[in-house]
Amino acid sequence: MPFKIIASQCTGCSACELECPNVAISEKGGTFVIEPKKCTECIGHFDEPQCVAVCPVDNTCVLDPSLPRYQARA
Amino acid sequence: MDVSECNEASSFGGAAGLGEIKQAHTRHKGCGTFGGRDKASCGSQARQGDLPQAIWEKVKNHPCYSEEAHHHYARMHVAVAPACNIQCNYCNRKYDCANESRPGVVSEKLTPEQAAKKVLAVASTIPQMTVLGIAGPGDPLANPEKTFKTFELVAKAAPDIKLCLSTNGLALPDHVDTIARLNVDHVTITINMIDPEIGAKIYPWIFYGHRRYTGVKAAKMLINRQLQGLEMLAEREILCKINSVMIPGINDQHLVDVNKAVKSRGAFLHNIMPLISAPQHGTVFGLNGQRGPAVQELKALQDACEGEMNMMRHCRQCRADAVGLLGEDRGAEFTTEKIMAMDVKYDLETRKAYQAKVEEERVAKVAAKQQKLADLAGETSDINLLVAVATKGSGLINEHFGHAKEFQVYELSTSGAKFVGHRRADPYCQGGYAEEGSLATIIRAIDDCHAVFVAKIGGCPKSELIKAGIEPLDQYAHEFIEKSAIAWFKRYLDKVQSGEIQHVERGNAAIRQGALISAA
Repeated sequence: MPFKIIASQCTGCSACELECPNVAISEKGGTFVIEPKKCTECIGHFDEPQCVAVCPVDNTCVLDPSLPRYQARA
Repeated sequence: MDVSECNEASSFGGAAGLGEIKQAHTRHKGCGTFGGRDKASCGSQARQGDLPQAIWEKVKNHPCYSEEAHHHYARMHVAVAPACNIQCNYCNRKYDCANESRPGVVSEKLTPEQAAKKVLAVASTIPQMTVLGIAGPGDPLANPEKTFKTFELVAKAAPDIKLCLSTNGLALPDHVDTIARLNVDHVTITINMIDPEIGAKIYPWIFYGHRRYTGVKAAKMLINRQLQGLEMLAEREILCKINSVMIPGINDQHLVDVNKAVKSRGAFLHNIMPLISAPQHGTVFGLNGQRGPAVQELKALQDACEGEMNMMRHCRQCRADAVGLLGEDRGAEFTTEKIMAMDVKYDLETRKAYQAKVEEERVAKVAAKQQKLADLAGETSDINLLVAVATKGSGLINEHFGHAKEFQVYELSTSGAKFVGHRRADPYCQGGYAEEGSLATIIRAIDDCHAVFVAKIGGCPKSELIKAGIEPLDQYAHEFIEKSAIAWFKRYLDKVQSGEIQHVERGNAAIRQGALISAA
């Protein structure tokens, strides 16, 4: 469940929304948010988290330390 | 195909993948900036020149593909494509300013439905708007669904409007068939290098096939995809313009090789633009002090590349939501809020009638220029100089010096008047008051010019211009630009010959960066 988007750095470009294999990302007030329950860190889909790989601003899609890692849940 | 498997981008003669690149299937004669009397012009009905009819029909009213058309016809961009699939060191998506004219910047994003409504609203208000382009603010082909949906809606509602898109090329080969099917007949690809080592200094990464690639590998994949896309477009006879950003010390000399590479693959027009890198934009280049080119450096490179394929010199590096003639932006008149309140009636007949009038004006303009050119027939001088012009469009000297947001620059020689560029300026006169600081900036922007043609000018700026060695000319007010410039030049040559004046070379000029101070 772990990625989150730091809203203050989000450009609202929607690139992550288009790439997310779990349809976990949507627009909210001009920037984008990740629904934690849907996020799988792209494990089982791709080698790297797609939102991190496509985001134009580094360190904007980051692991949410307040939530357990996706694998830990399994 | 995994493009990372492709051969070296810098040595295309080689073995696998794109090594088999075909040369020159469609060698178009370009349409950028013809102006001399012995070269074919594609700028007007009267001067179709040696362009094949089919190509002429495509460019004659496209302001970006024909320099001559850009005085008369307008374009609009709709910002339906925010996502991008590559990162460029000259781009920062976070920075946005209503007064900023620069690619990648928009005030609001639109859905395809909103965009289609906006196109109809603009087409009804500005009947000389002939082209709809999608240029971002990200990459149109990184948002293929929204981009193509918009084109479909517009083609249905306003079939006379030309469709155009501008891409970084990474996803282009995957979409060429759709582009052809939707009758998008103008595609611009931004190609800044064909050498991946140089590319690595411009592109920190690309996102392709669900992975982020960096460095030389990323640049190699990008250029292979760009050139493959260019060839596929040329095969389908879709006109292709190449945009290149000139970055001094990184790709400036290399762009001559880029020019040859794209020319041999069937590109129609090459647009070399100066890097915009003001620190306040927050781009990598802006922050690390990478400078943009000076006017003379840019012109020298454009001149060096001008051969069989013409150079576009009238690009205003406009926003991804720009509306109007290239030198103006009427975007603020067409915000979503205003459009939704508009009662839009799309009237094709009115548009056609208006455009027929525009064509009459163009024919008259060219005829006037041809007539004046005859006066230069006997001249043998090798004097070559630049003049600046304040214009609101239609090829006329019809703007006041104090209101000009830009000056168009023409190169004069015995072969005629040739458009070679434009200079942005903050209007000298704002709200009726003169801005002293901006006068100095304007003079710096046109300091390589011998004269400035205006519709009107006040006494103070007039004397400052004379002091700076630039002759202010208001006696050609509301006349055609080229005809007037040639007439003045003929008189200038006569005065030099008689010894009344001495010809002196002018210096360099500065390229204006950053947002306009006034939103007026």
